[in-house]
Amino acid sequence: MSEVIKIKKGLDIPLAGKAEKVFGQTQLPGLFAIKPVDFHGLTPKMVVKEGEQVQIGTVLFYDKYRPELKFVSPVSGTLKAVIRGERRRILEVVLENDGKDDAVDFGTAVPAQMDREALVARLLESGAWPYFRQRPYDVIANPQETPKAIFVSGFDSAPLAPDMDFVLTGEEEAFKTGVEVLKKLAPEVHIGTSRDSASKLYNSLQGVQVHTFAGPHPAGNVGVQIHHVSPINKGEKVWVIQPQEIVSVGKLFTTGKHDFSRVLALTGSEVLKPCYLRYRLGASVSEVLKDKLAEGQLRIVSGNVLTGSQVGRDGYLGFYHSQVTVIPEGDEHEFLGWALPGFGKFSMSRTFFSWLSKNKTYKLDANMHGGERAIVVSGQYDKVLPMDILPEFLIKAVLAEDLDKMEQLGMYEVVEEDLALCEFVDTSKLEVQAILRKGMDLMIKELGA
Amino acid sequence: MKALRKLLDNIKPHVSKGGRFEMFHSTYDAFETLLFVPDKTNKNGVHVRDAIDMKRTMIVVVLALVPALLFGIWNTGYQHFLAQGMEAGFWDMVLHGALRVVPIIVVSYGTGLGIEFIFAQIRGHEVNEGFLVSGMLIPLILPVDIPLWMVVVATAFAVVIGKEIFGGSGMNIWNPALLARAFLFFAYPAQMSGDIVWISGFSGMEGVDAATGATALGAAVAGNSDKFSIMESFLGVIPGSIGETSTLAILLGALVLIYTGIGSWKVMTSVFAGGLLMGLVFNWLGAESSNGLMHISALQHLTLGGFAFGAVFMATDPVSASRTEAGKWIYGFLIGVFAVLIRVFNPAYPEGMMLAILLMNTFAPLIDHFVVEANIKRRLKRAVVKA
Repeated sequence: MSEVIKIKKGLDIPLAGKAEKVFGQTQLPGLFAIKPVDFHGLTPKMVVKEGEQVQIGTVLFYDKYRPELKFVSPVSGTLKAVIRGERRRILEVVLENDGKDDAVDFGTAVPAQMDREALVARLLESGAWPYFRQRPYDVIANPQETPKAIFVSGFDSAPLAPDMDFVLTGEEEAFKTGVEVLKKLAPEVHIGTSRDSASKLYNSLQGVQVHTFAGPHPAGNVGVQIHHVSPINKGEKVWVIQPQEIVSVGKLFTTGKHDFSRVLALTGSEVLKPCYLRYRLGASVSEVLKDKLAEGQLRIVSGNVLTGSQVGRDGYLGFYHSQVTVIPEGDEHEFLGWALPGFGKFSMSRTFFSWLSKNKTYKLDANMHGGERAIVVSGQYDKVLPMDILPEFLIKAVLAEDLDKMEQLGMYEVVEEDLALCEFVDTSKLEVQAILRKGMDLMIKELGA
Repeated sequence: MKALRKLLDNIKPHVSKGGRFEMFHSTYDAFETLLFVPDKTNKNGVHVRDAIDMKRTMIVVVLALVPALLFGIWNTGYQHFLAQGMEAGFWDMVLHGALRVVPIIVVSYGTGLGIEFIFAQIRGHEVNEGFLVSGMLIPLILPVDIPLWMVVVATAFAVVIGKEIFGGSGMNIWNPALLARAFLFFAYPAQMSGDIVWISGFSGMEGVDAATGATALGAAVAGNSDKFSIMESFLGVIPGSIGETSTLAILLGALVLIYTGIGSWKVMTSVFAGGLLMGLVFNWLGAESSNGLMHISALQHLTLGGFAFGAVFMATDPVSASRTEAGKWIYGFLIGVFAVLIRVFNPAYPEGMMLAILLMNTFAPLIDHFVVEANIKRRLKRAVVKA
């Protein structure tokens, strides 16, 4: 095993509601949706019309500007509706499940015996390509390019995130086949593992570089791992993919079908019995949540509390998510909240008396705990970003739309999730991730992806 | 509590956009958020937030100032009765001190917050919490015998010229409280220096030697460099600005700031290190010198004048200090060096700390610039090495 890379900066938010390592009972819901908004910079062009039949793997829409990028149905049934938002932007493509699970057969194949071109074509055809995302900018990878390397974070360190060792149990063979595909796509494949987990599967892989990380979140963020192993310089591209997606890619070759099943962690303080569930990508969360939640005003998040998106009780699981978190909404006034001792409040600083009790978990709600202000406190962001980057100056460069400075200060190396903790700890309550996204969009527009 | 909430909810429509009293929106908002943490929730991005906000941050700093304030109140009384040669009990001293100090605090807050509210209203912003701290800092760095009208003028100057013209808290270049002090120092030198302003009621006393009222630094300028022992100046039983005399009380505040994570320990440590080093250099250089200030021991330098107070509460002001972590070391160190340097070489300004901090406030962006450039160069070098 290689040397352990120790991450010192960061923060593990001790949220209540960690999933117990057992599988709960659930069934697949009647409704599914693929959300074009899950993909940055995508302009969808519909292929299937409302009311038409689809199978698992039928192309629903493609990208107007990169028509080879296809997005397929995770379920067999009919296309129920195309939900549009402002300026007719497509928000959700809703599908009705007929329960038959008919799937398009792409035929089995052995990745090691295929040439790269055929492999890419197959991934594009089956709708598995969007699993590959490019750094910088967190957009879907360009199939015409060859990246410097593919990075996989073998563990998730976000609050209440699923345990990857547990999630991948039983999928070892498919995972290994998937890794064979990665090896064909890029000259180097790197996998980051946690010192605190067994990671037997990862350590048994051939022809990949395994790096071991230790420390608090965001140690499990692939961006942080890239930064410590082989940072992205101007002009370089790195691709990333998540472990469960590698399993899907592997199955595409061993079974010939695009498998959308996911192991999902149902977490959060408002879930009565946090556990793991066998579920499917794009599925409505309604079935997952049925009879499983506490009373009250709740916030349902697809993903983790730092980077996930709010979906509501009838929303759909995001394309890249394998976690649902439920927390209290907290939309109420708190009398003199800023002046009270605050025994039950979590803060990185020790300004609340909660530091008296260690090893405690907190039930945090979605309240902002204060109003937005100009940046006053310094050094806060630096404490939670384990990279050689000056986050405050980067954010200010973005606010000033100074492209040169953004580039010089490391814009290529970070995406929203890497600065999510900065947003969490910020006294001034800025929307750091949204600001960063704007910066990335500006760079794509001015300099190209 | 519920009744209060109801009252606020009833007023709200009138001060909201389109309401009859829309002009008081910021004022209403300030009071509402003071009483209740807003019900606003995160939209997308992070769904949970750290419990800290600007109000909490500022109130912790004010709490950290309390030991210095309480000691200052007592010391005001103590020095008053000492100079008069009168016997007085503990409570007499506290009462006398409170009667002198509290009005200054009230005037400082009244003036500053009044201006803040007006500016927030004109701009349509929320009222910033920054003045909660400045309003307490200003009285603590003033001599106790200062006329109240001067407090008003200085506070107004600090808030308007020091802060609001730059866009409010977070945008200012210099520490507003120090700016108030500097303004008074240069505008009314007669009232702000010399030997008679440091003890309450001193100018009215008869038959007392003026030298009794001199601060330790003032006495040193006159050649009497051991008027007070190091223990006296550490505990703070000496004449001086209201909150600056007791290094002990200030260090208590420093502990609060460092433990809660609000104040930068890097700045504090490096200021003391810089001052100590410079003090040692002068002790060594000036052993034969006739400059009395050179004979003050390096350690005592740290306990005199506004040094400790400045290091803990002024230099650490995150807005006017260096914003990079590496920059904080340089910034703090230079403050310490310059404070002692100005003190020793320019006896007209024994209060070197104030000028040193304002000077480094001015240079903090430059220090940061070099730190940022270094980061950029590291990144470029990496790319070149690879290619």
